[in-house]
Amino acid sequence: MIASTAPAPAFAQRFHVPGETEQGEILYQANCVTCHGLEGDQVSGTDLAHGQFRRASSDDDLIRIIRTGIPGTAMPANNLSDTQAAAIVRYLRSLAATEPLTSIPGDAARGQALVEGKGACLSCHRIAVQGSRVGPDLTDVGRFRRRIELERALMDPGAVVRPENRRYRVVTHDGATIAGRLLNHDTLAVLLMDDKEQLRSFDKTALRSYAFVLESPMPSYRDRFSAEELADVVRYLASLKGIQPQTP
Amino acid sequence: MTKPATLFVVLLATATVGAQISYDRLRQADREPQNWLTYSGSYASQRHSLLTQITLANVKNLEMQWVFQARSLERFQATALVVDGILYTVQAPNDILALDAATGRVFWTYSYRPAPTARPCCGRVNRGLAILDGTLFMGTIDGHLIAVDAKIGKPIWDVAIARPESGYALTLAPLVVKDKVIVGPAGGEFGIRGFLAAYDAKTGKEVWRFNTIPGPGEAGHDTWGGDSWRRGGGPVWLTGSYDPDLNLTYWGIGNPGPDYNGDLRPGDNLYTSSVVALDADTGRLKWHYQFTPHDEFDYDAAQIPVLADARWQGQARKLMYWANRNGFFYVLDRASGEFLSGKPFVKVTWATGFDARGRPIQPADKKPNAEGVLIFPGNQGGTNWYSPSYSPRTGLFYIPAWVNYDTVYAKRPVEFVEGQSFGGGNPRTTVPAGIQTVTNNYQTADEGHGAIRAIDPLTGEKRWDFTMADVTDAGVLTTASDLLFSGGREGYFFALDARSGTLLWKATVGGVVASGPMTYSVGGRQYVAVAAGSSLFTFALRPGS
Repeated sequence: MIASTAPAPAFAQRFHVPGETEQGEILYQANCVTCHGLEGDQVSGTDLAHGQFRRASSDDDLIRIIRTGIPGTAMPANNLSDTQAAAIVRYLRSLAATEPLTSIPGDAARGQALVEGKGACLSCHRIAVQGSRVGPDLTDVGRFRRRIELERALMDPGAVVRPENRRYRVVTHDGATIAGRLLNHDTLAVLLMDDKEQLRSFDKTALRSYAFVLESPMPSYRDRFSAEELADVVRYLASLKGIQPQTP
Repeated sequence: MTKPATLFVVLLATATVGAQISYDRLRQADREPQNWLTYSGSYASQRHSLLTQITLANVKNLEMQWVFQARSLERFQATALVVDGILYTVQAPNDILALDAATGRVFWTYSYRPAPTARPCCGRVNRGLAILDGTLFMGTIDGHLIAVDAKIGKPIWDVAIARPESGYALTLAPLVVKDKVIVGPAGGEFGIRGFLAAYDAKTGKEVWRFNTIPGPGEAGHDTWGGDSWRRGGGPVWLTGSYDPDLNLTYWGIGNPGPDYNGDLRPGDNLYTSSVVALDADTGRLKWHYQFTPHDEFDYDAAQIPVLADARWQGQARKLMYWANRNGFFYVLDRASGEFLSGKPFVKVTWATGFDARGRPIQPADKKPNAEGVLIFPGNQGGTNWYSPSYSPRTGLFYIPAWVNYDTVYAKRPVEFVEGQSFGGGNPRTTVPAGIQTVTNNYQTADEGHGAIRAIDPLTGEKRWDFTMADVTDAGVLTTASDLLFSGGREGYFFALDARSGTLLWKATVGGVVASGPMTYSVGGRQYVAVAAGSSLFTFALRPGS
């Protein structure tokens, strides 16, 4: 009965095919971020996100340097194809073309207080051992989200929802509705964490209906925070780098 | 169950022959459904078994009998052979094993160590073996063809037929026809020059060779601009079929090189992305049909040619059914090569239809460019190398299909360097191409998903779908009791009613099914086997059920 009666998803929006810039971002994070940093300004004299290079000006120069490295410096050769190096260059160029909405530097300590207090962020998100598991875990969000991306996510949370953060809703045959964070689904099963943080597994054949939930449950903080508060929160989130190994 | 008496007689007859698989037995494989003698189960490659002990009613009582865990984490893409109670399979990359087909215990292992220069594009995989008389044949990822004694697992001969340094690799199961072993090399991503060749089964000596990229003086050479033919690709990485009455062997030829940038190879680029029909004794080309002329989408014709006899528009014809990676389902006359029909079985945008001679009509704006063009189906195709099945009982053709699946194709400049990747493009897609283990799926159906799609081959119309949440790399098996077996990336192995697509039974095997299921019988008990993850699983009915 699975064959033809499985309900279609509630929305017909097509998730976009990853562009070359996004490919470049993935490659940058895998190959470059350790030395150059997420913002591209961690090596002195270079600011990759703002077109400041010590030995390159054209795209071709950059592609060559990414592939072959710079002898006598810490910049190694990389096992990347021309196409991959070109994608990284396109990503770096795209960074230069996007500027933060605010130039306020922000204060991480004030940001932490806002996240834990006025913003009520931990009612959905988790940071280290505090907060809820229902929304995306933010413990290491500063390792892979740039400040401008954090700022945008706070202003317009529904604009970009990563696939692993999607919500899902099922209705059982006795009419109970359970929604939560989708952990996995396949032809015959749905696995999610419901809003009470319980891990739930459902047999699709035993459900009345099941579907993705398109809308992000996160409110916009455009009007909830002042520009200064927004900058503080962004500064704090960008400082979150995950659990650090302990030395005895 | 329907013909126990017949089966008993056959068992007696073959038991006296032992592992001696003559050409006559291969040709009449249908007469001994307890065995599985070739990659696709028979020369017609329908992957359809006449065994009927497992039925629509009792399939719910299937339970696992044994598991063989390969000592390799590579994808297990092989279909096993079964000969009179012995199961022969491969362990990636190039070990051969003989197992007790009823218990899974190992008789012997032959280990071949491929040269470190081997560089198969897409995994150190092997799709299986061929057998003739008492000899097994295996292609290796470093370009060797090896004959091994089926009784004790010792090599008999070993021929190096292609250079691994240049990107040639043998990944397909060979096809034995009469006294010859037919193979061709993979390597379409490295700018190889492909071929099909037949080797004497006794000695390994080459008997004939057909260049899939014709050289100067060979027919079709003028479909290659300049000297592009020298690195034109045209790999062969999936087993062909054979019609004994016509003495023709049919093979799907892979993509041209470079894959995505056709500027470097003006012309139609024969015989890439084509089917060729060759005289099995001489290798001479009888006919060809090119599914994707001047292919810039990597639409390899690496599919199984399925042979069926049916009435086409009132007339009895020898037909060939072909669900192509390019999204069209084709019916060809396999005696003449005449194009009879081509109907999309998934969404297709690279072509709008066919002219009267069967040449696809390709819109000018549906070709890769520097910025990228969105094309259906995507890079992995509407289907791919996954075995389809045809059931003469239901009259339906079953396709492991990728639905709602597209790719943005962008072309790039590329220079040929021997043995290096020769792609010339950057295809981008929402669906990951090479998942090796079960991962969590958050994809919506609109982002691409899998299905077993049943179509009426005579009309091309869809009869039913079994919709999967993830895409599938699994082949399809049907049986004469109207059962259909398949699996997918989600790690299920399942049985459907072949008439309706209704799910009847499932097992969680915990790894990606990237192989074709097969079935056999030992001591009157029917087994169904499928590889998933890096293991081979076998199922049979619970005793007494």
